[in-house]
Amino acid sequence: MLVVVVAAVLIGAFGIRFSRTTSDFYVASRTVSPLWNASAIGGEYLSAASFLGVAGLVLSFGVDMLWLPVGWTGGYLVLLVLVSAPLRRSGAYTLPDFAEARLESMTVRRTASVLVVLIGWLYLMPQFQSAGLVLRTITGAPVWVGGLLVAVVVAVNVLSGGMRSITFVQAFQYWLKLTALAVPLVFLLMAWQSDGAPALSAEDAATWQVPLTGGRDYALYSTYSLILATFLGTMGLPHVLVRFYTNPDGRAARRTTLVVLSLLGAFYLLPAVYGWLGRIYAPDLVRTDTVVLTLPSRMIGGTLGDVLTALVTAGAFAAFLSTSSGLTVSVAGVIAQDLLKGGVRSFRWATLMAVVVPLALALWARALPVADVVGLAFAVAASSFCPLLVLGIWWRRLSTTGALAGLLVGGGLACAAVLVTITGGPYEGVTGALLAQPAAWTVPIAFAVMVAVSFLTPDRVPAGVARTMVRLHTPENLDLDRGDWRPRSS
Amino acid sequence: MEYLVGSAVVAVVVGVPSFVLWRVMRGRRELGTSPAERATFETLHTASLAGPPLRAGLTADGAERASRHLRALLGSAALAITDGERLLVYDGAGEHHAAEAYEHAAATLKDGRTQVLTIDCDLLECPVRQAVVVPLTTDDRVVGALAAYGQSASAGLVRAAEEVAGWVDSQLELAELDRSRTLLMEAEVRALRAQISPHFIYNSLTTIASFVRTDPERARELLLEFADFTRYSFRRHGEFTTLAEELRSIDRYLILERARFGDQLQMTLRIAPEVLPVAVPFLCLQPLVENAVRHGLESKNGVGRIAIIAEDAGAECRISVEDDGLGMDPERLRRILAGEIPSAGGVGLANVDERLRQVYGDEYGLVVETAPGAGTKVNVRLPKYHPGVSAR
Repeated sequence: MLVVVVAAVLIGAFGIRFSRTTSDFYVASRTVSPLWNASAIGGEYLSAASFLGVAGLVLSFGVDMLWLPVGWTGGYLVLLVLVSAPLRRSGAYTLPDFAEARLESMTVRRTASVLVVLIGWLYLMPQFQSAGLVLRTITGAPVWVGGLLVAVVVAVNVLSGGMRSITFVQAFQYWLKLTALAVPLVFLLMAWQSDGAPALSAEDAATWQVPLTGGRDYALYSTYSLILATFLGTMGLPHVLVRFYTNPDGRAARRTTLVVLSLLGAFYLLPAVYGWLGRIYAPDLVRTDTVVLTLPSRMIGGTLGDVLTALVTAGAFAAFLSTSSGLTVSVAGVIAQDLLKGGVRSFRWATLMAVVVPLALALWARALPVADVVGLAFAVAASSFCPLLVLGIWWRRLSTTGALAGLLVGGGLACAAVLVTITGGPYEGVTGALLAQPAAWTVPIAFAVMVAVSFLTPDRVPAGVARTMVRLHTPENLDLDRGDWRPRSS
Repeated sequence: MEYLVGSAVVAVVVGVPSFVLWRVMRGRRELGTSPAERATFETLHTASLAGPPLRAGLTADGAERASRHLRALLGSAALAITDGERLLVYDGAGEHHAAEAYEHAAATLKDGRTQVLTIDCDLLECPVRQAVVVPLTTDDRVVGALAAYGQSASAGLVRAAEEVAGWVDSQLELAELDRSRTLLMEAEVRALRAQISPHFIYNSLTTIASFVRTDPERARELLLEFADFTRYSFRRHGEFTTLAEELRSIDRYLILERARFGDQLQMTLRIAPEVLPVAVPFLCLQPLVENAVRHGLESKNGVGRIAIIAEDAGAECRISVEDDGLGMDPERLRRILAGEIPSAGGVGLANVDERLRQVYGDEYGLVVETAPGAGTKVNVRLPKYHPGVSAR
């Protein structure tokens, strides 16, 4: 275990040296290429939920759960079509930056900051939880140890500046995770073949592999809600958007998104197969999130099984560390800049806040399947930032008051649902379904509120909207007047 | 257990805001003991609330937000504010008089004197019977009028209206001041656009001339680099560029300087690719590099080393330009940066410092580490995003 953590830290340290070759001459072609950048996005994006959670949910609830990886990939399609290039052209580094650039209001900016922090915390919490789960599965240590371990490693790494948004390091993480899942899978499939290629049991064939017959109530509603949350939530994740800044222009941002789509598409084939194999070989698991870790020893065993288990575990820890550090940097940056005073001291405090709160949540909250909790973070993002980005980019009549109202109502409702789900519950029936998958009602409400309030307050449309729209939508190589610099009015 | 956690979370979510609210309310109540003191604080507080909306000048939006507080100050039934052309806001009772409010103000707008008007109204219960109209002036020019409506225009109301108008005038003058300061900053940033030094042009051309016979191919290459460098430096549009463009220009500059100094000039560049798209003020690094070359090399014998490092640091980018030259007395440098004494041979550091502060605020000025004989290191921090700053 220690080896993996040390290796991850070393890769961090070594990667910095590797990616920052010292030279006599500046080489202009060294801008980050779309492939590297896309790998970095993939590396940061593929969290414990993707690495462990998807296979576990597929094992438990059947093919309905395939919508989760589909949505997590498809979210980039929506991002590609509606958001990526204009967002890059806006010059914004974080979501609050975009809110300020488009709506020219500090109030909206602060609201966006608070939401970013909440989404970040919600996303970090399951990472810590599943780190505990993995460590318990492998070593038998108590659940809190793994979470604490990852939290400390991430905090130290971020504070020492080790993993701070280094493209190369995060890009490496993607390929590490892909290898850690793909190589064992090859062996597992060979074992399955030599085992006489057993099929699913007759009962599973009738229910498990047929859509909308899985073990969950209100399957149709939940599925649509999940699709909505994942497709629209991706654009509101704080650690994804900061990567787009590295692209030199809007065109490169689109290309990067396209590469991300294919990289994620390739990756998400694997957990689905794990889930299917798990249904055949390990249908008795209690915490199905561990299926990816359990399969090598169950199906192969011996030294090879141990080696493969170690490889998968390394991949899982890579997933915890990369996603958590990316999120921690983003969340801490926003806390330090918008909620504290800014500067190095604030960043340290902010890093602690960014790590400690989700760690506490992870230790005390209800142990839900990791992919479900991450799905909730997506739901909050989809009901707050998706309307802000989509309407902000494509609708010039969006008013400051409208955006604020939409963020508060949409984000507030989704947050409330999430809070109730992870602290109380489980709830039965319609209430349970509505609370566990809130996106289907919160997203339309958020859009409706934003549009309606904007119509009611036409005098609160920001003064510079025409100029902002020109900046967002004209390609960079077009030579036209985008307006001069003006000092910020106090 | 779950219910326990749930209730704890709810307690925190509900408790913290209510605690803050309670503190705020209590804080307000604690002020002042006697009724007179409390009334004074009350008035000052109302005035301070009305101030900020007016700081944008006489606009419909600002007037609307200020009018409620101004009416509270005056204690009148209704209040109207007009600018020179139209009614900006009518606030209070008797909404049906809003349509005539501009006519009420017309005489005052014309001659700038306080008027007391009697208003005809058929409604018995309407509290608007008389109006006091006072002018709003900036620089002795009538820019608008404030009308206070009530049952009767008592001497007290007239006096209060005039005082409030005087207070509004001072806010409007502050707004005017803000506006001219903004214009001044814009003009300054344009005027401060750094220029490449004539020495450099002269030195480059003589260096190139020295190669024309011995190595014509090299001379040709250098001349092309020089042409590209000048085209970038002399461009007219836009106050900002990307760090990548700026570094490309610095690279050309260094090629020319290396042609001149040969092995005496040793360079180290370490640039994080993540910060290349950052928008930076046009020619904000080139003067620093030029400074490093001049101070680090020209005034001493032997090999000079220069290091340019750009790092990614979350929401900002950190750049340092370091030389191992003669260094400088920190006190002298401070005075140069403060503009107390002109620096030798150009605007250089002080100019960059000034521009960075203008654009990003005082916390983003240059930080220079230096001592006589210890070399110089100039640190620049640039935020990745700043409102209004964009490279294109």
